[in-house]
Amino acid sequence: MWKKGVTLATAAIIFASAAANVSAASGRDYISIVGSSTVYPFATTVAEQFGKTSKFKTPKIESTGSGGGMKLFCAGSDIDTPDITNASRRIKYSEYEKCQKNGVTEIVEVKIGYDGIVLANSKAAAQLSLGKKDIFLALAKEVPDPKGGEKLIANPYTTWKEVNPSLPDSKIEVLGPPPTSGTRDAFVELAMEGGCQQIDWIKARKETDKKHFKSVCHTVREDGAYIEAGENDNLIVQKLEANPKAIGIFGFSFLDQNGDKIQGSVVEGEEPTFENIAAGNYPVSRPLYCYVKKNHVGVVPGMAEFLAEFSSEKAWGEEGYLADKGLIPMPAKERQQFAADVAALKPLLMAK
Amino acid sequence: MLVGKKESTMDRVNRGLARRYRRERWFRLFGLSAIVTSVCFIGLLFVSIGANGWSAFQQTEILLDIHFDTEQFDVDNLSTANYGALVKNSMQTLFPDVAGRSEKRELSKLVSSGAPYILQKMVMQDTGIIGSSQKIWLPADDEVDMFQKGYILRDVMEGDRRLSDKQIGWIDQLFAEGRLEKKFNSTFFTAGDSREPELAGIRGAVAGSLFTLAVTLVLSFPIGVATAVYLEEFAPRNRWTDLVEVNINNLAAVPSIVFGLLGLAVFLNVFGMPRSAPLVGGLVLTLMTLPTIIIASRASLKSVPPSIREAALGVGASKMQAITHHILPLAMPGMMTGTIIGMAQALGETAPLLMIGMVAFIVDVPTAVTDPATVLPVQIYLWADSPERAFVERTSAAIMVLLAFLISMNAMAVFLRRKFERRW
Repeated sequence: MWKKGVTLATAAIIFASAAANVSAASGRDYISIVGSSTVYPFATTVAEQFGKTSKFKTPKIESTGSGGGMKLFCAGSDIDTPDITNASRRIKYSEYEKCQKNGVTEIVEVKIGYDGIVLANSKAAAQLSLGKKDIFLALAKEVPDPKGGEKLIANPYTTWKEVNPSLPDSKIEVLGPPPTSGTRDAFVELAMEGGCQQIDWIKARKETDKKHFKSVCHTVREDGAYIEAGENDNLIVQKLEANPKAIGIFGFSFLDQNGDKIQGSVVEGEEPTFENIAAGNYPVSRPLYCYVKKNHVGVVPGMAEFLAEFSSEKAWGEEGYLADKGLIPMPAKERQQFAADVAALKPLLMAK
Repeated sequence: MLVGKKESTMDRVNRGLARRYRRERWFRLFGLSAIVTSVCFIGLLFVSIGANGWSAFQQTEILLDIHFDTEQFDVDNLSTANYGALVKNSMQTLFPDVAGRSEKRELSKLVSSGAPYILQKMVMQDTGIIGSSQKIWLPADDEVDMFQKGYILRDVMEGDRRLSDKQIGWIDQLFAEGRLEKKFNSTFFTAGDSREPELAGIRGAVAGSLFTLAVTLVLSFPIGVATAVYLEEFAPRNRWTDLVEVNINNLAAVPSIVFGLLGLAVFLNVFGMPRSAPLVGGLVLTLMTLPTIIIASRASLKSVPPSIREAALGVGASKMQAITHHILPLAMPGMMTGTIIGMAQALGETAPLLMIGMVAFIVDVPTAVTDPATVLPVQIYLWADSPERAFVERTSAAIMVLLAFLISMNAMAVFLRRKFERRW
């Protein structure tokens, strides 16, 4: 009898204290960040550094994915909503509109750097040199009939050599991210659509039938040559080691960490190296962003200082600690531009 | 026995006997092989996790002579002193030949970027060390650690590994001088999460798990037991109680992510509770474990012989006295077993916590149920996704800790059952 009494009493106490705390939580004393899992490793590094060197608490960073982050970010402007969201792509107009509608009228856009998407294989195999067109032909669901003419057929290629005679005679076997991933979106847009553009008659379609153009260029084959390997890039690296014939698609930081086991394929004659991506030569690289709620600056303690830390040279500069983590810095001029915008909290204006 | 007479039953039994024995042997063999296979898989799991993870319990450290130069410190503001310079200077004195900016940078990268903060903490605790020289073991960078543990190979091309030939030369020299050693990795158990593997620990996640489980236990045990007692002892058997029973059984099979969505909709959006808090995590996991506890509690109430109930009522006890004095104590071991198994399940959940914001990077160790927190399995998931190679072994080590918790919880369930169970 008394045992149950005790547990019930504890329950009551916990509830009471929790209720008291909930009302106290409205004055949040830490920064709340949500968003992309690609930006997560970089944002967390800055957050940790910020927590150690400033008098403020370490920001809390949730890994929700770009889309999920935007949804939370745009849900409202009150203090319960996140202060910052990270994205591995630019904010969409529809998201911007939703933000405006929900009272998040002033958003500061910060580009934080670039991320290269690499195609890599095991060091046990030869390094590949691919064109964007090869990537499109090897991975699209429907490709132009090799016999010629403006006709699309289901992708008939099974080996790289069939796609391009200069490539090795090995089976097409590509491990990549699933459609929910921002990396996949960027890969499809930059590499596959890029290859698509190199085929004249499909390129012409872009003007006449944009929807069809997109569906042709953005649809990845589903016959087993492209294997959805999940969001975990470490897993893809391990699979590449075990299977030298396979090629994996993932972010540059994983190539950077595993240079002894895997090699990045050359795309359009450019090697996926830090320097090449930073210089903008490597064609498959995308910008990373974070979006800040202007009306939370000054309300949540440490916001201005955190943004200053993020946009400082020691963080996102060429020798900064984010570069050590695999973030490709922006050119110096762009960095200056964005640092100034951040300091001035210049709100983003978007037109349809 | 007459010739030509039909064969007797015994004959028929004898004829089939060998076949029946054979079949029974196969039957037993089949069961045995099923067990052997599953034991092999579990063994494989433990061996692979152990092999990957044991090295994470050690961390390479570097012995440095740090001179706490009085000039560097402003007594009124100890936190602004340049602690990084103290580390760099002492590395510099060890390798006086190193010159040039990039080479110095490479050299100072051998020591963890967290080293200056360790010195800062030391000074803050005891200002007396200012002015003195101390020999201090500081954590090495994760690349050095990986190299010492053999995960970065010496014989690959320089450009392909994250340590340069020069850095390897320095490491070898430090090792030869006895200044580089693998020590017990206490940081792993005392620190919160970090993006630097050598500074990352599971304490934050363990604390988060404990808070979450405490909330779950405090809510789900009384509610679960009360529900079971009412349904078993008081409720009339009619269509309504049947409906409740069917629904409880259904809830036990609902995928846990659904409870997460429910938590997001109800606790966060309607009640306005804070995101990422163990309180909300505990509430969500309560919903998830309640059916398990109710079902186990009802089963153990059912197993109390009716004679006990009747005897208590017979000597004049009220129904409540019969339940609280006799039935509940006898059913308690079974209820506790069910609760512990439910808790162990809750300990391993990540999916429902994703929706309420507990999949997050949290450095500060939570101290209350409303502090932002994460839990052990989420920490494992986040580390498994990190590019740094040193997180691979830490992932496995965290899995080992989680398994240790699970095994000890299940062992406790077995213990409680053995100790208090009564056979009739």
